[in-house]
Amino acid sequence: MTFKLAASPHSHQRRTTQQVMRWVYVALIPGLLTLMYFFGWGVLWQLALAVSTAFVVEALSMRLRGRTIQSAWQDHTALVTAILLAISIPSLAPWWLIVIGTAFAIGVVKHVYGGVGQNIFNPAMAGYVVLLISFPVQMTSWPLPTQISQFELSFMDAASVIFTGFTPAGYDLEQLRMGADGLTMATPLDSLRTALNHQLTIGEALQQPIFGTLAGLGWQWVNLAFLLGGVVLIKQRIISWHIPTGMLLGLAVPAALAWLFAPDQSVSPLMHLLSGATMLGAFFIATDPVTAATSNRGRLYFGLLVGFLVFVIRTWGGYPDAVAFAVLLANMTVPIIDKYTQPVAYGHGGRS
Amino acid sequence: MSTAANSKAIEAGQIWDFPGGIHPPQRKELSNQTPIAKLPLANTYVVPVKQHAGAPAELCVSVGEQVLRGQPLTRAGVSLGLPVHAPTSGTVTSIGPGRIAHPSGMTDVVVRIEADGNDTPAPPQPLPDYRQAARADVLERLRNAGIAGLGGAGFPTAQKLALQRPIDYLIINGIECEPYISADDRLMREHAATILDGAAILMHLADAKKALIAIEDNKPEAIAAMKAELTDYPNMSLRIVPTKYPSGGEKQLIQLLTGRQVPSKGLPIDIGLLMQNVGTAYAVSRAIRQGEPLIERVVTVTGEAVEKPGNYWVRLGTPVGEVLHYTGFQQSDPAQRIIMGGPMMGFTLPDTDVPVVKITNCLLLPSVQELAPAQHEMNCIRCGACADVCPAQLLPQQLQWLAKAKDYDGLEGQNLFDCIECGACAYVCPSEIPLVHYYRKAKAEIRTLAREKAKAEVARERFEARQVRLEREKEERLERHRKAAEARKKAQAEQVKAGGDNPQDAVQAAIARAKARKAAQQKAAAEQPSSHEDNNE
Ligand code: SF4
Ligand code: SF4
Repeated sequence: MTFKLAASPHSHQRRTTQQVMRWVYVALIPGLLTLMYFFGWGVLWQLALAVSTAFVVEALSMRLRGRTIQSAWQDHTALVTAILLAISIPSLAPWWLIVIGTAFAIGVVKHVYGGVGQNIFNPAMAGYVVLLISFPVQMTSWPLPTQISQFELSFMDAASVIFTGFTPAGYDLEQLRMGADGLTMATPLDSLRTALNHQLTIGEALQQPIFGTLAGLGWQWVNLAFLLGGVVLIKQRIISWHIPTGMLLGLAVPAALAWLFAPDQSVSPLMHLLSGATMLGAFFIATDPVTAATSNRGRLYFGLLVGFLVFVIRTWGGYPDAVAFAVLLANMTVPIIDKYTQPVAYGHGGRS
Repeated sequence: MSTAANSKAIEAGQIWDFPGGIHPPQRKELSNQTPIAKLPLANTYVVPVKQHAGAPAELCVSVGEQVLRGQPLTRAGVSLGLPVHAPTSGTVTSIGPGRIAHPSGMTDVVVRIEADGNDTPAPPQPLPDYRQAARADVLERLRNAGIAGLGGAGFPTAQKLALQRPIDYLIINGIECEPYISADDRLMREHAATILDGAAILMHLADAKKALIAIEDNKPEAIAAMKAELTDYPNMSLRIVPTKYPSGGEKQLIQLLTGRQVPSKGLPIDIGLLMQNVGTAYAVSRAIRQGEPLIERVVTVTGEAVEKPGNYWVRLGTPVGEVLHYTGFQQSDPAQRIIMGGPMMGFTLPDTDVPVVKITNCLLLPSVQELAPAQHEMNCIRCGACADVCPAQLLPQQLQWLAKAKDYDGLEGQNLFDCIECGACAYVCPSEIPLVHYYRKAKAEIRTLAREKAKAEVARERFEARQVRLEREKEERLERHRKAAEARKKAQAEQVKAGGDNPQDAVQAAIARAKARKAAQQKAAAEQPSSHEDNNE
């Protein structure tokens, strides 16, 4: 009679990586739906493009490294990367943009560094930044929220714009982005920056139709939806509160100070929190465990740093949104953060 | 916190917390419902000669010999040795290698005893009034009774007590934090008085003024039983700690009860503490008061694959198969595991010939649905769940990377050796990485390397010493020759001075003589033709 041998522990908590990832997808749903509500079917097309590219690149990379696709695909990191990138880029951007971005994120950032768990930079954000630097025009051409847009794009219309650059009716993206006054409209953050550069006060800038009650029209709801998903993740203990809290504080505190001292020239903290990729970044991007700091204390510092960098770049930098740059810069500091925040092991003089 | 404030807080009954920890399903009700039962006598017993941490003792029985219950089979020779005793009366049928209870499934020397069924005891030698006896004598008795820590690694109890250093508290560990196990729980419910008596003996021997009895709050009956008996012992106090795994770990319990931390690579005694398990305290009392050596212990037999789960008094040396037979286990699934110990830290047995030994607190036979076997290992996603639960405040994910990369310096830098192998990290890891397995392997490799290095060091030193010796000998030889030559020269010079023949002339004369002789021989040879040449023609 023989019996099965196994290493201890013999008991295991029933939560696998797949389950963890399933929760991440679930938590993304509110944000995704809101995004689609405001920015149309293009979001879905970008998603589809990103996921299929991710699969192909992952398969090729694994083939080159002599492993099977299953072993890489099942930890879901490629899928999450693809989804985050697809959400981050303008919904009607040409198809090749997301394909290049995803291929770069997975093929280079993830696999060249040795696969999951080894990469230094957040793949989705590295892909985003490469696109932003290489194709600044396409990367900043967000369509107008459907509510103030003059055009209603169907599912196939969106596909047509993404793949050919024109709607079946012959409009191109520039035309689609025109407001009722015939001017191309930028994103709320962009508009604010431009307005401030033109010596307008914030109060005047906020008169533009692209702003809603809280922050940018559409964007405020998108951010609230991602916040909701993020809270679910924390409640489910999929992510710890340290990074999101750190990031939101790191952004809100300096923003509040600036706003107190120069209310006319500064963007309000609420506007900061509910604009651009703030919430997506705080709960879904900066929390990427592979590229964040390791200990909980380290994660808090990491989050604070990301938030502060977002504030700095949004305020003085040359790019419309800052989350991607902030995350990548913070990624670089992780080894140092880890070094100085390693918890004191039991019996090494720590206090109880 | 200052020392004085710390002592005050301990006295006030403060319970500290330790970082991390997990709450796995307890499943204790499976085995703790019925009183401890006696396992019937087996026909054969297999007693490994080494059942504790330390060196094996020397055999003192031979094949064919009749032994009585409790008769020593080995003699405690060296300092760390601890004797083992015959679990029942009978005949020694063989002494040789046999599989023992060890994670690696290794073999060691075992004594096989065929029971005669009478269970005749060797005459016990009780010492009811231990306070009158010399401390060394009492310690010697504990050692001769084979008492080792019954909670964990099986460290000889007398050895631990012999370290004479000031002790603030004796801690009696009745935590039993591993799921499923209820042996200590039942022992406390049924034998509280004996346990506390043992604790008093331990206090006397360790010269500890106070004791803390620690029990987890999931054992209300045991707490009640102990509380009732504690009225007789004013210098012992009860501490109830919240249920959390691994609060019964020595270091964690110390942190819980005193807020102190055992220094890395140090011992509890370094911070004035001594810990013993409730089972050990019970065995100590029996050994001193009744003169009974350690020949049986309580074993929890549990899991959904056994028919009669519960706690049993099992003689040490009883083959696991015997225990399972009695408790109604049938193997139905090829993936069945037999775990000696609990689900968190126990190890699987390859077969049922392995005997129950001093450290066997549990035999766990989970059905496959109950504790699912490990799934496919996936990549670490650095989620940090492991670091959150690590009671030693390590970074298990970093250790895992380093262990896989065989970066031994990195591992020591990350304090691998402070890992208590509690398994909390592997329990929560969503990628199902067998983290503890990697740590154990890395630890073993580092130890092997250190041993090899030490060996190489010794060899190198020996080689160098030999080189030095050879060098020295050569120099001495040269020096001798030089001195001898000098002495010769001096002697010659003196001889010449004294007017004798120059020895140099004598040499010349001898050479001349030899030359003359050779010339004469050659001349003779030339005149007489060689006989050889004739023969050849
Ligand atoms: S729990 Fe597992 S997957 Fe998560 S960081 Fe630790 S080792 Fe990696
Ligand atoms: S097994 Fe070691 S590393 Fe894992 S939780 Fe326990 S002490 Fe920490």
